[in-house]
Amino acid sequence: MMVVVAGIFVLTFVLAHLAPGDPARDFAGEGADASQIEAAEVYLGLDRPLPEQFVVYVGRVVTGDLGTSYVQRQPVTTVIRLRLPPTLLLMGSALAVSSLAGVVLGLSTARRPKSASAKATSTLTMLAYSLPGFWLGQLMVITFAIRAGILPAGGMNDAREAYTGLAAVVDTARHLMLPVFVLALSETALLARVTGSAVRRQVGANYMRTAAAKGLGRDEAFARHALPNALLPVVTVIGGRLGFLVSGAVLIESVFAWPGLGRLLVEASRSNDHPVILGMVLMVSFAVVGATLLTDLVYSRVDPRIRFR
Amino acid sequence: MGLGLLLFLAAVALAAEQIAPANPFTTSPQDVLLAPSVSHPMGTDQLGRDIFTGVVRGARTSLRIVAGVVVIASAVGLLVGTVTGLRGGLLDDLVMRITETVQAVPRFLLTILVTGWFGVGATTVAVLLGLTSWPLLARTVRAETLSLARREFVDAARSHGATGAVILFRHVVPSVWPGAVVVMALIASRIVLLEAGLAFLGLSDPNAASWGALVNNAGSYLDRAWWMSVFPGAAIALTVAAFNLLADALGATVDDQS
Repeated sequence: MMVVVAGIFVLTFVLAHLAPGDPARDFAGEGADASQIEAAEVYLGLDRPLPEQFVVYVGRVVTGDLGTSYVQRQPVTTVIRLRLPPTLLLMGSALAVSSLAGVVLGLSTARRPKSASAKATSTLTMLAYSLPGFWLGQLMVITFAIRAGILPAGGMNDAREAYTGLAAVVDTARHLMLPVFVLALSETALLARVTGSAVRRQVGANYMRTAAAKGLGRDEAFARHALPNALLPVVTVIGGRLGFLVSGAVLIESVFAWPGLGRLLVEASRSNDHPVILGMVLMVSFAVVGATLLTDLVYSRVDPRIRFR
Repeated sequence: MGLGLLLFLAAVALAAEQIAPANPFTTSPQDVLLAPSVSHPMGTDQLGRDIFTGVVRGARTSLRIVAGVVVIASAVGLLVGTVTGLRGGLLDDLVMRITETVQAVPRFLLTILVTGWFGVGATTVAVLLGLTSWPLLARTVRAETLSLARREFVDAARSHGATGAVILFRHVVPSVWPGAVVVMALIASRIVLLEAGLAFLGLSDPNAASWGALVNNAGSYLDRAWWMSVFPGAAIALTVAAFNLLADALGATVDDQS
């Protein structure tokens, strides 16, 4: 675990130093002469040996200093913090919706695995999983926003009216619907498949037969034994999807002009604002590690056979 | 069926010049925003460029990048997976931690970062995606190698005087290959989506037709020209589905054999 964290630090540090361009020169400004650039180097600590710079870097990150945005002249953490809530709203909603819908769908197919509806669901989920999110987003905009005119085509709030209170919540919810649908669709498809196969595996297991032999009703055996066991690998999968959710969110935010981190990333890449992009890479990496840790903890708590190392 | 789709795609990509000889970037001011018709089966865009040509040429771009990524990721993944599976011990631990690190870093964001420095050429994208896609393959191969290493034939080979490298290539790799190919197909399907996503954000070679870029271009014309979005996007979806079908089919074969 700590090795992975250290690895992430090393990787981002190396990347920060691989970036073309000379930070000292940029800092000193245009028209700076050699001595001014040298002074900038000393000020930025760039003349120190690399291992020392690395330690300083780690120290900074740990205390919440991710550098300064080239473009916005503000700390990276501030820039990110401002754009974080919309993205969290989008990703959180998509995660909740897809987890619920995916598990329910998966359960329904596992009930009768050989039926026509199960096969149809299998094909549909595979197709849903193959759709590029940004394209589906465009299709949704064409269908629901342009043709039918019932849902907004983009943004998080109505640009013309400023709602307050409950009306504001409803307005945001309306704007949230299409982006969440698109982001959640492929996750739902994946979870449906994983849940379906996990449940099928549990239901066919020996202990279920034993439970039936002991007189336990089919539904009760399912609810008390098969289902909890089946949900464990599902939870693991959900925990591991954070990285994909992030990349999905970046693209969806672009299609729907959602004012979150995804848009920030695109802007930063256009203006070559490396500290911001690197800051985001760092944050997402740690978030993924955190999610994995959390999933492992849940797993070890719930399954007494697994001891947490 | 997935294989059939893929072969069709490969044929289209290879024969791109024959099917759609026109230059996809030729603009034609009088043919702006035309709906699909006989002369333009998929319509035209806001500059009069033929969408059909763009889609056909785009197949080549996508498959080229996918091929590059799969080659790199497979080379690294197979090597890492088999060596750590056979050796075990400290090397195994270290490599596993490196694998987890690579898996934690969001490769989409990373590619956005690096293409900002080194340009958006197909090589850069392929190398970067390849270097970040091997962990899944390495883990799968390692797991299979571990179960293989306990079987007798490895000992038998050793007793015949076979060295480590020979065991690796003549025995272990052929055995893990069927499982590895399934993962390769899955990686391919993910890469098509990632590459299209990057192109959608404008991070693709402007000199090569790209489905993602076509979809991006369609963004401002959704109200007037649905065909600009539908056809390139469908091409992406079909290609991804083809690889997924292939992975399913290969996986089923592997299950049947074991």
